[in-house]
Amino acid sequence: MTEDASLSDSAAGMTGLAVRLNGVTKTYDSGVAALGPLDLDVRRGEFLSLLGPSGCGKSTALRLIAGLAAPTSGSVDVARQPNETGGTHAIGFVFQEPTLMPWANVAANVRLPLELANMPAAEADRRVTAALAQVGLVEFVHSYPRELSGGMKMRVSLARALVTDPEILLMDEPFAALDEITRFRLNNDLLALWRDLRKTVIFVTHSVFESVYLSQRVIVMSARPGRIAAEFRIDAAEPRGEDFRTSADYAGFCRQVSAALAPAYEGQRA
Amino acid sequence: MNTSPAAPPRSRSGQSPPLRILLPILVLAMGLVAWELVVRLNDIPPYVLPGPGLILRTLVADWGVLSESLLVTLVTTLEGFVCAAVGGIALALLFNQSRLLEYSLFPYAVVLQVAPVIAIAPLLLIYLPQQTAVVVCAFIVAFFPVLSNTALGLNSVDRNLAGLFQLYHASPMQTLRYLKLPAALPHILGGLRIAGGLSLIGAVVAEIAAGSAGAGSGLAYRIAESGYRLNIPRMFAALLLLSAAGIVIYGLLALVSHLVLRRWHESALGKES
Repeated sequence: MTEDASLSDSAAGMTGLAVRLNGVTKTYDSGVAALGPLDLDVRRGEFLSLLGPSGCGKSTALRLIAGLAAPTSGSVDVARQPNETGGTHAIGFVFQEPTLMPWANVAANVRLPLELANMPAAEADRRVTAALAQVGLVEFVHSYPRELSGGMKMRVSLARALVTDPEILLMDEPFAALDEITRFRLNNDLLALWRDLRKTVIFVTHSVFESVYLSQRVIVMSARPGRIAAEFRIDAAEPRGEDFRTSADYAGFCRQVSAALAPAYEGQRA
Repeated sequence: MNTSPAAPPRSRSGQSPPLRILLPILVLAMGLVAWELVVRLNDIPPYVLPGPGLILRTLVADWGVLSESLLVTLVTTLEGFVCAAVGGIALALLFNQSRLLEYSLFPYAVVLQVAPVIAIAPLLLIYLPQQTAVVVCAFIVAFFPVLSNTALGLNSVDRNLAGLFQLYHASPMQTLRYLKLPAALPHILGGLRIAGGLSLIGAVVAEIAAGSAGAGSGLAYRIAESGYRLNIPRMFAALLLLSAAGIVIYGLLALVSHLVLRRWHESALGKES
């Protein structure tokens, strides 16, 4: 994200939008075209999934929104409401790996974004405890990452993303490395968190089932360079739970999305 | 090592700690006895090969002069080691902040490392006061492993963690303090462990060079001096002290490394987890 992009927030007519991608492309230095052109509007408070196999540019899109990379062309706009929620940072990012500092305990890991923002200790303490409570890990504050299971590490990572009370939560295949049972539990916990906090969530996944279960909207991405191949609204009754996972509705949505995914990769080698 | 408390005591496993300590001691004892026997049965004179018993008696008898020399050598080693640690880490940090500086200076650090210290020492003794020259020698030998290990550590930061720091707009100082230094710590400690032994070697080499010029008071000088006087038992006794000092230095640094890393690093976690 360039300085220009962030300055143009209000001018670009972002009312009600959290993120707007306009004609965004990304070509790597090696000449590989990874993404786009991509146009995408994400409503504030929306749960959106980007779905596609590895290497379709969906993670690249996420990194562009986070400002971790700059687009080759086009603009990336991220809405910023200073002090609206008292957040210290507009974006929280959850990586595919837990990406925790092994030398720091759970509390220090979650505290990192606040530490980097030089937040007063008392306020930081309060927020760390609150974030750990949100992911159900309060009793593990003094544990070290190596003492935690994969699912717990991911919860710590999620707490760290939430600790700044960000407007937007970017998640890059966060549960891909977990076993299915843990993944289902984290899916449900994430949905509950989203219902409570009403963050904008952009969730990258390669699982049709996960994207349908979680999202209000699923964007199916084509093979590299990634573009939007299809878009689905998942209009299911809220709140969703394990009932939804076994419902005919759910199966129907999954079938539709899978059907859209197949032609996007015709001729692609697996 | 033996993780399960319910497991029956293993007497013949060869892995139980007592055996791992007892066996090397047994080998040492057998070697010493054989050595003593060879010396006695062949009536070898002490100025050719002293037996272990005589070496031990010499160590006790000459303890006054030997311990004084040991202290001198240890102080030299410590000074060289501290200079190497501070200099190596500081230079690696500078290199990490500035590519230009790294490209300009790194080749000379390598040159300093590959030039044999035994050849540099006599030159240094010409230009520097003797005690300074000896410390500089210890520094030259010991600083490169610290430099290269620290540089390696600073560059082996997890890519996603670096992205996270970027996301939260961490300043270069914050990134260094909260990310790069902790991530480099295991490498830095590894470098220091090597540097400890090497600074002793550097000090000894320089002392021998100084000793051949007829001055000095360190243990290595005692070895050279005893050699000229054909006091072979004292040579062995001084050598014994030097080896012991090297082992203690390594052990101390390994202990420090273990204590610093034990909460989180694989190398220090032992086998119980």
